[in-house]
Amino acid sequence: MAGFKITVERRLLPSRRLEIAAPVFSILVALVISAVPISLGGVNPIEGYYELLYGALGNKLSLTETFAMFSPLLLCGVAVALAFTCKFWNIGAEGQLYCGGLVAAFFAVNAGGLPAPVAIPLMLVAGFLGGGAWAAIPAVLKVRLKVDEVVTTLLGNWVMYYLVSAILFGPWRNPKTGWPESPIIAESTFYPILVPGSRFHLGIVVSLLIAVAFYIILKKTKWGFELLAIGGNPASSQAMGISVAKQIILAAIVSGGIAGLAGVGQVAGIHYHMKTDLSPGFGYTGVVIAMVGGLNPIGVVLASFLMAVVVQGTQAMHRATGVPWALAEVIQGIILLCLLVGIFFTKYRVRMVKA
Amino acid sequence: MIEVAADAQTQPNVIEMRGIVKTFPGVVANDHVDFSLQKGEIHALLGENGAGKSTLMNVLYGLYRPDSGEIRVNGTAVTFDSPRDAIALKIGMIHQHFMLVQAMSVTDNVILGLHTQGVLIGEKTAENKITELAERYGLKVDPKNFIWQLSVGEQQRVEILKALYREANVLILDEPTAVLTPPETRDLFTILRKMRSEGRSIVYISHKLEEVMNVSDSITVLRAGKVVANVKKAKTSKAELARLMVGREVIFRLSKTEAKIGTPVLEVERLSASNDMKMPALRNVSFAVREGEILGIAGVSGNGQRELAEVLVGLRRATGGRFAIGGQEVTTATPRTIVDMNVGFIPEDRVGLGLVMGLPILSNAIMKRYRDLSKGLLLDYSVASDYAGGLIKEFDVKTPNMRYPTKTLSGGNLQRLILARELAREPRLLIAAQPTRGLDVGATEYIRSKILEQRSLGRAILLISEDLDEILSLSDRIAVIYEGEIVGVVPAEGANVEEIGLMMAGSKRMELAS
Repeated sequence: MAGFKITVERRLLPSRRLEIAAPVFSILVALVISAVPISLGGVNPIEGYYELLYGALGNKLSLTETFAMFSPLLLCGVAVALAFTCKFWNIGAEGQLYCGGLVAAFFAVNAGGLPAPVAIPLMLVAGFLGGGAWAAIPAVLKVRLKVDEVVTTLLGNWVMYYLVSAILFGPWRNPKTGWPESPIIAESTFYPILVPGSRFHLGIVVSLLIAVAFYIILKKTKWGFELLAIGGNPASSQAMGISVAKQIILAAIVSGGIAGLAGVGQVAGIHYHMKTDLSPGFGYTGVVIAMVGGLNPIGVVLASFLMAVVVQGTQAMHRATGVPWALAEVIQGIILLCLLVGIFFTKYRVRMVKA
Repeated sequence: MIEVAADAQTQPNVIEMRGIVKTFPGVVANDHVDFSLQKGEIHALLGENGAGKSTLMNVLYGLYRPDSGEIRVNGTAVTFDSPRDAIALKIGMIHQHFMLVQAMSVTDNVILGLHTQGVLIGEKTAENKITELAERYGLKVDPKNFIWQLSVGEQQRVEILKALYREANVLILDEPTAVLTPPETRDLFTILRKMRSEGRSIVYISHKLEEVMNVSDSITVLRAGKVVANVKKAKTSKAELARLMVGREVIFRLSKTEAKIGTPVLEVERLSASNDMKMPALRNVSFAVREGEILGIAGVSGNGQRELAEVLVGLRRATGGRFAIGGQEVTTATPRTIVDMNVGFIPEDRVGLGLVMGLPILSNAIMKRYRDLSKGLLLDYSVASDYAGGLIKEFDVKTPNMRYPTKTLSGGNLQRLILARELAREPRLLIAAQPTRGLDVGATEYIRSKILEQRSLGRAILLISEDLDEILSLSDRIAVIYEGEIVGVVPAEGANVEEIGLMMAGSKRMELAS
């Protein structure tokens, strides 16, 4: 390395071409790298990738399943991205999802008398408020007492998870089956299935509407302007008359509420019960999605869809070719790492210079 | 430099820095700076915030690599890749923010990073050596204590011990008394004199004249990245140093119209406030600013100016007293209320408090108007961009595209952008802090003429500046601030510069009629 140094500079203006090219290239690189462990697993990588794509997008069933996975991922991704926009580091989407699911299920189990057009909106409100309330606690602690929200939101996930478990193993255990799950929710609160014979439910539309709302908030509203300003420089924002504390609390509530809607979707669209394993970690994946999507609404939609394809596809590959399940997770990891590195190059310029 | 060379025969220079240039994006922090340090002297590096003192010493300590220039230690040219190289040449530095590990003991902190220690025996030997050093220099610290148990003054002593333990012959202290109480400051000076008597050399970075005159042997004054003087303590005075620091030569000839003074807009009564370290920074300050008038607050930086501005815009709570804008008391108002009362604010820290650098220029231009540019919840970006475009044109902010991030602008254009945003609202009160600091001649002149234009429009202006020339050429009245107190108010017309200099240095105080 004598005589040369590698310097990394932030790009003043990100290049549009690179913003599209980098993720595509990253995915290609990831597929090339992943070919090595797939071959070692005794499977022809081409065949493996065919199964991956077919299993995620190839027929009606796989496509609708991918969308059923896409919906909670998108909601969690938007939830995290919205909070991160004003630098409220919400790592608690998972707990907010559970809280939203719990409150919505409590409403839905007892909503027997209500017709669906009334029950479903009310259930959405209940889930939103549940998730929002759980996110409001760390936000108030941050604003009033300067408690680090990374810690409180993260730990809150476990508090909520065990709270849900305690309720489901205790007072709310399903009386019919004895399983640690809530009684079945009222039929009027089932999300309508939009593609017959699949699990393509109303929640998928809800999540897309939320993503559109996030776009409008950021690009068209006063509030979005304020969130961007706070995220850029809270001190300047305060000096210019933005009520920073108030907006952060509001953003946390909306963020938690959106994560809560992911919980509603799992309860009313997939399981029809409140369950202890409502989410395999959608809330945590939401953090990755928000970052990969660059906190940008369109980016978050694309990242969520990619994530859903990768998860569904690698599972299918595992089933079809017999590569170990662990390998599916390795491939997911490789794709994410490559994407993050690719995104790094859209923001920074790396150069060799003479020392 | 010829005299220095002659001097060197009797007392060799431990450190010799020549032609040091260090630039940061948009700023020349050190502009061909020469600096030499003799054996056994306390050498003060005096200058205002941003004059380049810390930068110069960070270059000497190996934290920054200079763009050009030469460093000699004991006559040998050296280049430093990191502080490790500087430490090896027995140079130590104590930063304003201490570099200590809170969860470790004093001993562990002192020996941290040294490789010469054995694992088990080292600790005890080190502890003994620290105790011995502490006794020799009167540095009262228990080596067994943990850092988090220590007061700020004690932590500073640990930093000094760290340097002494590494046998530093040159010790750089960056604003060491900013965090100390007066008795701790006295103790520190005793320690420094003791070190000097052993032939060690000390660089003392400060903007406090009192201390510099108290403790140093020679003084180098920096202004805007350049050396403006190198004097012996015995041959100078506080008043002279104050003038050297802030500059006096009148460069600009601005046409100033006859003042048309109206009713008071800002009335401040016995206002007090604390700084970030919770030490009193502003004490019982009273004044009024009237329509069509510029009240200049003169003083050396760090005397409460920043706190004053922050209290007046609602960013910092007053600890005593009150103030009113347009007759309405707003002592406990939020920044939002004060913005809504149409108060313009040009902050001292433009990037930290005046702009959001990552957002487009357009966004920053509308930052105080976006609520008026909205219909209901929606912000009308087409109206907003017309508005921003108009401002950028009127105030000649040079940018290829107002959708570019604000950080692409140069320093002068950043200030034009802030000025545009603040003046477009036709503020009834403008609080301008260091409005031209660090700007080039053209931008400086433009901004000063804009401030005068506001005055002729009948607006009240509070001008806080360390630049005495600026204060003299713009103000109608001048209030001098020293250690958080207004020590005198004089009309700018026929003001006596010597007298103001003395007041800024704390050597003279006017009886205020109140």
